[in-house]
Amino acid sequence: MENLLSVQNLTKRFGAVTANDNVDLDVRKGEIHCLFGENGAGKSTLSACLYGYYRADSGVIRFKGQVAELNSPADALRLGIGMVHQHFVLVENFTVLENIIVGSPDLGILLSKSAARRKVEELCLRCGIELDLDREIWQLSVGEQQWVEILKALYFGAELLILDEPTAVLTPQQSDQLFVILDGMRRQGLSIILISHKLREVMQSDRVTILRKGKVVATVETSTTTAEAITALMVGHKVTKRVSDRSVTPGREVLVVDRAVAIGEWGEEVLCDVNFTIAENEILGLAGVAGNGQKELFEVLMGVRTLSSGGFHLNGEAIVAPTSREMLDRGVGLVPDDRFREGLIPEFGIAENLVLGWQRKPEYRRGPFLDRGKINALAAHKIDEFRIVAASADLPVERLSGGNAQRVILAREFLHARGLLLANQPTRGLDVAASEFVYEKILEKRAEGFAVLLASEELDDLLRLCDRIAVIFKGKIMGIVQPGETTLLELGMMMAGNASNLGGQVNDFSSKALRQ
Amino acid sequence: MLELFQGPLFISILAAMVRIATPLLFSAMGELVTQRAGIWNISVEGTMLLGAVVAYVIASSTGSPWLALLVAVLACALLSLILSFVTIVLKSEQFIAGLALNLLASGLTLFWFQTYIIGRDPPKFAGFEAVEIPYLSDIPVLGTVLFSQRVLTYVSFLLPLAVWFFLYRTRYGLEVRCVGENPKALDVKGLSVGGRQCLAIMFGSVMSGFGGAFLMLGYSDRFVPDLIAGRGWLVVVAIIAGNWMPFRVVGAIFIFALLEAIGIHAQVVGVSIPHHVFLVLPYVASLVLLAGLRSRTHQPVALGIPYRRE
Repeated sequence: MENLLSVQNLTKRFGAVTANDNVDLDVRKGEIHCLFGENGAGKSTLSACLYGYYRADSGVIRFKGQVAELNSPADALRLGIGMVHQHFVLVENFTVLENIIVGSPDLGILLSKSAARRKVEELCLRCGIELDLDREIWQLSVGEQQWVEILKALYFGAELLILDEPTAVLTPQQSDQLFVILDGMRRQGLSIILISHKLREVMQSDRVTILRKGKVVATVETSTTTAEAITALMVGHKVTKRVSDRSVTPGREVLVVDRAVAIGEWGEEVLCDVNFTIAENEILGLAGVAGNGQKELFEVLMGVRTLSSGGFHLNGEAIVAPTSREMLDRGVGLVPDDRFREGLIPEFGIAENLVLGWQRKPEYRRGPFLDRGKINALAAHKIDEFRIVAASADLPVERLSGGNAQRVILAREFLHARGLLLANQPTRGLDVAASEFVYEKILEKRAEGFAVLLASEELDDLLRLCDRIAVIFKGKIMGIVQPGETTLLELGMMMAGNASNLGGQVNDFSSKALRQ
Repeated sequence: MLELFQGPLFISILAAMVRIATPLLFSAMGELVTQRAGIWNISVEGTMLLGAVVAYVIASSTGSPWLALLVAVLACALLSLILSFVTIVLKSEQFIAGLALNLLASGLTLFWFQTYIIGRDPPKFAGFEAVEIPYLSDIPVLGTVLFSQRVLTYVSFLLPLAVWFFLYRTRYGLEVRCVGENPKALDVKGLSVGGRQCLAIMFGSVMSGFGGAFLMLGYSDRFVPDLIAGRGWLVVVAIIAGNWMPFRVVGAIFIFALLEAIGIHAQVVGVSIPHHVFLVLPYVASLVLLAGLRSRTHQPVALGIPYRRE
């Protein structure tokens, strides 16, 4: 097979950091080529160089045998390299068609949409995409928005499509659908570079190039390797994934949520009739696609959102019209999903963030003043205990990596919480090692007797960590299941709003990949 | 009070409304395009003032209102380059830049006006005359109200149609709206965001130049420092009140213009309500409109946010 794209000795530096170090990459015509690696391994930088967003410091990029001068995304697009960004670049108030055709040079001064529409419809047909071209983007599901992104690139004549973590925001079923579409494109002779750190996606590619710390570790045919082998290559050593100690059994009930209903900004029910309990030594997982009421549930439990009916009990006491301070005082710890906006004050130092919310505690002050000495001593201790990589305790947390920032939050919450820990997407955006650290700490708390509510989109992780898993969809709990008695497919169906009836026609890529 | 809505006086009020709406329509349609491209240009007031004073100086020294109009518009186009540089190249806060430009324009124009008239009475000049459209101007009521106006008034009434057509029916309009909603979506397709914003700012300033020059050349015979009297700010409010949609903006402007026209005539007729009440009416109306806005906003998502490639 001929090479559509070949990259030789590509190097890209940012200051002292070498993001890509002498990278070689070949992409054949008609293949799905996966770039696999941890955060910061250089996947995104490499793709940014390929679609002209960054200029490589050295190295040669050849496209269709010709040396490609890529000075801007426009250059790449003109050659036939299209990019689908992780965060969609769509105009919410435009229709699907307008989003696809805007900026196209062959529209004529007066928008001649009919010709463009025919071309887009033909593309849809070829790739097996079903979309109403006249709906506006905000009316589409996240999965459909992704297809618009793909169509955009194809409309501009892309022969090589780069997808940056395309399934980060999709349900397992939507991911499967995406892979059906990608497979169709591959058969049309298009090439796809897929950036991912999810094993079950990597296993569906033709070849995989593994990056570690900016260097290519290996390029392998996917059919000749295993998920474990690829992971070991990515991390550089074997990873032991922690699992919950099933011999510890849940004790008395700590949190009881009873028929909780909350109303959103637009009068819609963001939580409808939510019921569940969490006991001592128990992790209750909360599975669901982001935006289905998880955030609102955590806000209610933290006392920053009021329920319109129903209520909850903590340690047997009914909580009425709570404030966030009351919940803190009752020993509730919160790891919010947006760590830099809700978990930390980015401009404050590590030490200050560690006592944030607890600055009035007698231990941290001397009269009306903060006791700097004690706070700094505490910070030094926690930096050590949580292995936070930072030059000093005064370093503003905005300069920390995602993993280290999360450790600051964990350190603070674990120090002050007693009995109940609420963790919303605690490993979002973290690499394997950092995620495992977070899970290790959460499991420690479970062993200590904490009740833990753990919301995550990483279903594999929920299955190995949780005692029970509640699935939330549009503010409703679709069901609470036992990890040992359920499959990814069932979870995925519930996440998409199906309570129990499972169709057999769904392509079960996900569980296949898991078995490998 | 009722006599305001009867017979010749009512026709006169409507005719005044059309006259008052003219400069507002120019400025508002310009500002609308600028804002749809994502730029808050709040220097409409200052730009109109510059247009007016330049028009005055040229008209009174050459005697040609058309030349005056041309130079005034060019001056405003030049002024817009400052805003473009500050907001697009330097990516500064657009409100601050607009405020600064307002201060610059008012200081500059007043200084220039003072030096121009030093040691003499401000010279007078001949402005635009009304042009009656044959046949149409003979229609009762409507003929007087709509078809016995200045040429620029006719232009200003066609302008919203042209702007609507541009924004919604041309490729460039789609691109301009895209810049205001999500500039990156255009940038990744290789089209210049800054270039479009620069042109949109310039179009807005040119239109404000038309508005200011018309205020000067249409109905005054000499320049006074408070000629614009907050109309530039009213335009900004009209955009918001009109929810960034061309014909709704026009609607808001007609409401303002009608209220002002009633105010002027009430003064003449000697209505027992103090005329100051009528003078504040357009501004009160704008506040009420703003507070009463409940529908889904069409404010461009990226309005006022400087575009940077991250």
